[in-house]
Amino acid sequence: MSIAEIFAKARAEERALLIGCMPAGFPTVDDSIESMIAMHEAGCDVIEVELPYSDPVMDGPVIQKASDIALGRGVRTRDTLRIIEAVAGAGATVVLMTYWNPIEKYGVNAFARDLAAAGATGMITPDLIPDEAAEWIAASDEHRIDRTFLVSPSSTDERIAMTVAQCRGFVYATALMGVTGARTSVSSQAPDLVERVRHANPDMPVGVGLGVGNGAQAAEVAGFADGVIVGSALIRCVLDAPDRATGLSRLRALSAELAEGVRNPAK
Amino acid sequence: MSAPTLPDLSGHFGRYGGRFVPEALVRALDELDAAYRTAKTDPEFQAQFKDLLLNYAGTPSLLYRAERLSARLGAEILLKREDLNHTGAHKVRNVLGQALLAKRMGKPRVIAETGAGQHGVASATAAALLDLECVVYMGETDTERQALNVARMRMLGATVVPVTNGSRTLKDALNEALRDWVASVDTTHYLLGTAAGPHPFPEIVRDFVGGIGIEARQQCLDQLGRLPDAVAACVGGGSNAIGIFHAFVPDESVQLYGFEAGGDGVATGRHAASITGGSSGVLHGARTYVLQDEDGQTVESHSISAGLDYPGVGPEHAWLHDTGRAEYEPVTDAEAMAAFQLLCRTEGIIPAIESAHALAGAARIVPALREELGRTPTIVVNLSGRGDKDVHTAGAYFGILDPVETLVPGENS
Ligand SMILES: Cc1ncc(COP(=O)(O)O)c(C=O)c1O
Repeated sequence: MSIAEIFAKARAEERALLIGCMPAGFPTVDDSIESMIAMHEAGCDVIEVELPYSDPVMDGPVIQKASDIALGRGVRTRDTLRIIEAVAGAGATVVLMTYWNPIEKYGVNAFARDLAAAGATGMITPDLIPDEAAEWIAASDEHRIDRTFLVSPSSTDERIAMTVAQCRGFVYATALMGVTGARTSVSSQAPDLVERVRHANPDMPVGVGLGVGNGAQAAEVAGFADGVIVGSALIRCVLDAPDRATGLSRLRALSAELAEGVRNPAK
Repeated sequence: MSAPTLPDLSGHFGRYGGRFVPEALVRALDELDAAYRTAKTDPEFQAQFKDLLLNYAGTPSLLYRAERLSARLGAEILLKREDLNHTGAHKVRNVLGQALLAKRMGKPRVIAETGAGQHGVASATAAALLDLECVVYMGETDTERQALNVARMRMLGATVVPVTNGSRTLKDALNEALRDWVASVDTTHYLLGTAAGPHPFPEIVRDFVGGIGIEARQQCLDQLGRLPDAVAACVGGGSNAIGIFHAFVPDESVQLYGFEAGGDGVATGRHAASITGGSSGVLHGARTYVLQDEDGQTVESHSISAGLDYPGVGPEHAWLHDTGRAEYEPVTDAEAMAAFQLLCRTEGIIPAIESAHALAGAARIVPALREELGRTPTIVVNLSGRGDKDVHTAGAYFGILDPVETLVPGENS
């Protein structure tokens, strides 16, 4: 299903989508495929595969550590494409989250082509703003990859309008000023930011990320956003587990808890 | 396409530069850009900056004719003595400018990244002077290599945060400073230490250190009655080099040479020569030359000099390289250390190891320049800093840290 279709379906069901993030190749290529399929089966509507990068400036300690582990084991860009193929092949809707340099190095058009061939429907670019994205916009149009740019509480209304106009599928609202990582409470800036996006374009689905870690927070965010994006808390299930089996069962349990949360949006 | 008109309004030098940053930082960069535009034309700001440079930093720095070194190298060598500035390097110019700008923007806190600790010390100095809170991010490896500078920063009232991610060096300190800034932009100015990063930093830093070249050009005219044949500088992130190059860019007779850290040699892969040993990519907010692998992952840099140990370079250098206006060459650790020793022994000046790369490079270009010009060439070398911070590294390199009584008289001479 395309991103637009599953957002539409969730809207009809009056619930939010759950978007679960996992770095490719963490802790190994095969394990990451297994983790992502487990997340999909346990209720993540969209799997956000993160391409590990050496200098992830938007990410907090958990994603940095997982990315370092994957890179330390030698994961390559082509492994990420293979992982996407396997996870999409298992029936999941997959989007890629990636810093820009690995894409520029691969070749922007070639990457869009290979990403589409692997079965991903979209790509999130945390350090590429539309102002610098002419080549990506052309390539993603040609190969029909949905484009997700970020908006932030510090974005002006003009920038929100400009950014939303360049997104296709959904826009990623970073709920707070800061890096990724689960927080004890959901940012109070998030509802306001979503409101401002709606004002720019009421039809563009909004995913909210940065800080969500449990079912209650997922329900809270589902009360005002179309998608709830969870990364660090899911990754920590694997990172902190004493063994792989425990990690997987924690990952399933948290995915299910979050899936329950997005189905019970706070009023 | 003359350099002084670049970058364009969106911060590009040709295809280089720009802003490859999280959206969360765009507003802060826009605010900084706007504040800088007004400061640039505000006589009061310019007067404050000039006053601090003159009465506090001790600039204009001397342009010193190094007679004995000249005789040894077969060229007329003029040293731009940035090592004599307060805090011992060119960096003081940039931090004073940016700290004044932070004040002007009403931001009570500054953060900085540092490699050798020089920029950290300079930032802590400017913060103390202008009553700003200061937090310095420094790779853990560097806090060990440069323990004295850590103590200096603390004495000046700054908080030093050792960074334990990634390679634990300058690039990781920069990542951590950016992460801090994403969360603290309302109250914090990021006092970036070199002419790199997202727009408008490369332009702001270039302009604040640009006095080096403006002074050197005038000093040449005053002292020699003409321009030099070449200008040489070391290139880490590129601030001291762009600072001395910029005023000379329109002078086509003046050749510009940037010397990158060649570490063990570019062919060994253990180096920090982003332009001569890297390729075009995006790192820390700008498109530029980057040390990277086939997948675009940043490769760790290596240099005996902590201040040059960085896998990227400012975007204006990428542009000057591609247009052919400036030449970039690598200088190995061994070449730099030989030049370091030569300057100590001929002129009684202990240079920063960074600056020794510029000296070594200048020595290398003499024969070709002499042949091309058919006379003794005149070369201005940017002596970007003094070597006090490097005494431990250099002492270990030359094996002269032994207790005094075990030294054989005449050794190492
Ligand atoms: C004395 C000195 N020269 C040069 C550099 C390299 O930086 P840049 O290339 O920005 O001048 C440093 C950096 O710490 C330095 O301390």
